Amino acid sequence: MSSRALILERIKHRKPTICSLPTIPLFERTDIDLNTHFKEMLQFAGGQTVDFPVSDGMSDLINGIFPEANKILSNIESVKSKNVDFKSISDAHQLYDIDLVVLKGEFGVAENAAIWISGDTLFSRVLPFITQHLVIVLDKKQLVWNMHQAYQNLNIFPENGFGVFISGPSKTADIEQSLVIGAHGSKSLTVVLI
Amino acid sequence: MTHSEKATRYIKDEARVDWHDKALWFVRQKRDIQTKKVPEWETLRELASQIKANVLSELDTYLTQFEENAIKNGVTVHWAKDAQEHNDIILRILNGKNAKKLVKSKSMLTEECHLNSFLEKNGIEVVDTDLGERIVQLRHETPSHIVLPAIHLKKEDVGETFHTHLGSEKGAKDPQYLTGVAREHLREKFLSADAALTGVNFAIAETGGITVCTNEGNADLGAHLAPVHIASMGIEKIIPRQSDLGVFLRMLARNATGQAITTYSSHFLKPNNGQEMHFVIVDNGRTEQLGRVDFRKSLYCIRCGACLNTCPVYRRSGGHSYSFTIPGPIGSILSPGVDLKKYASMAFASTLCGSCSDVCPVKIDIHHQLYKWRQIIVNESNSSFSKKQIMKAMGFLFSHPGLYRFAGKTGRKLVSSLPGFVLYNGLNTWGNGRELPQPPAQSFREWYLENKHKTGNKL
Repeated sequence: MSSRALILERIKHRKPTICSLPTIPLFERTDIDLNTHFKEMLQFAGGQTVDFPVSDGMSDLINGIFPEANKILSNIESVKSKNVDFKSISDAHQLYDIDLVVLKGEFGVAENAAIWISGDTLFSRVLPFITQHLVIVLDKKQLVWNMHQAYQNLNIFPENGFGVFISGPSKTADIEQSLVIGAHGSKSLTVVLI
Repeated sequence: MTHSEKATRYIKDEARVDWHDKALWFVRQKRDIQTKKVPEWETLRELASQIKANVLSELDTYLTQFEENAIKNGVTVHWAKDAQEHNDIILRILNGKNAKKLVKSKSMLTEECHLNSFLEKNGIEVVDTDLGERIVQLRHETPSHIVLPAIHLKKEDVGETFHTHLGSEKGAKDPQYLTGVAREHLREKFLSADAALTGVNFAIAETGGITVCTNEGNADLGAHLAPVHIASMGIEKIIPRQSDLGVFLRMLARNATGQAITTYSSHFLKPNNGQEMHFVIVDNGRTEQLGRVDFRKSLYCIRCGACLNTCPVYRRSGGHSYSFTIPGPIGSILSPGVDLKKYASMAFASTLCGSCSDVCPVKIDIHHQLYKWRQIIVNESNSSFSKKQIMKAMGFLFSHPGLYRFAGKTGRKLVSSLPGFVLYNGLNTWGNGRELPQPPAQSFREWYLENKHKTGNKL
């Protein structure tokens, strides 16, 4: 008997009698200002937000925040890549020295400041993780309250088969419970709210 | 060695025990703050528990549904009945790609299977990439906590380890600096890896995808850069629907570390272009646990570690006092099912205070299970002769009221009059490190008989 058949056979004989699957409510709330709450939670997660109500001049804004960024990659039309071209990159390992990546966020979750990044918008999946610093541009209108609503939005999963919720910069508290921002992934996260 | 023998050694360094206790209690307090911000927290616990109950009752159906969808997505699915088969499968995949360097993110399952030592014997370099796991790996230790692997170490210890292995400055102990050193060291490992292995937090039957949660980003750096991504999962990691993640992702980090969510919650469905993706589904004793009616709920566990943080015994005895891969209350109800004799002492490493069950996000009746395991262990293993005799004598005493009263009276007199060396010697283990309380002048019964007349029997 294959291990697959063996495991399934054992489960069949040992599993408990059927228990029904509950329906999950949405736990909606109307008493919360999503924008304010999102900003607070992002700060709690170690990130920062910048309000940017106009559409042009975003490149200047970002260059202003990261004046020392030498190599910038962006998938936002209004932000130009700098000193690096998508077309010249044939292998994700070449991204090792990217200073800044600017990405479009699909939607944000106010209760925990998680932002959904769709794999379909990423020219390489490793982009949000390998960069030294990360900027996500997010439309304020695309905020939902909680994770239940977030998964309603995710009924259609990215075509390329990858997506990630990002909440804040990479961090660790593995040394004596001291919080250190910038473990292996990006050392900072700035969310530009448009 | 038993838990109490190891703990006896551990508590010799009193300052360190106090520090360990406080560090974990701090995590518990952070958890309390976050969970109290969610008004529906108790409802979420109930829902999570119900989802897990449903999963166990239809586990075979969900596993085959998961497999079918994963294959459609282009993933190769493997089944392993035990640790050996799991390790063999991993080695076969690596050898097939001529992979010599493996980067691994956190996976308690691979700890359980002793994968690292097996692969190293077969010429594979294995690098644990979670910072805490890398620290304990360099020290040739095992994780002492399932979420905070290096919680038993102080920054001076880490500084010393990094100085020896990674060439950091001697005497350096600043966590920011040390983390930076590890970042540079591990970035090089990510970039040169031939394969990546990750654990699985949740495997979703309806999509055939997996979700992996980290704060450091190490799972993603490994999985997206390497040409092969292997994910190992126990059969109990299945959840039915993607929307169930709404419940579990709201709870996992809040309950584990007091964060609202982990930094990264990555959803893998299809392999990257030009990459291979493998899922290894592992039994290794889980189907046996499924068959144990009193203990099957232990399979609900989502490995948040909250029961460790809250446990007064874990906090003061440290993770390494437990011999099993998973320490603390949850480890103590999982381990007897794996080897009743070897882990016999773990079920007794508890005060049965029930705090573990109170904080469990999926409502496992942990302290009830600890109590039930104790009955089985006492009946089936050789508990000490003296303990058995004492229990017999106590049984006799409690069933003879006259004798019980006499013994109580004598005891009260003796404890207050006997010299210390008679009371505190090897025979009275209770008196180790503890003072006997001052006995009251009379028993409750005596007091009651004396006083009931005063209040006209209305007591």
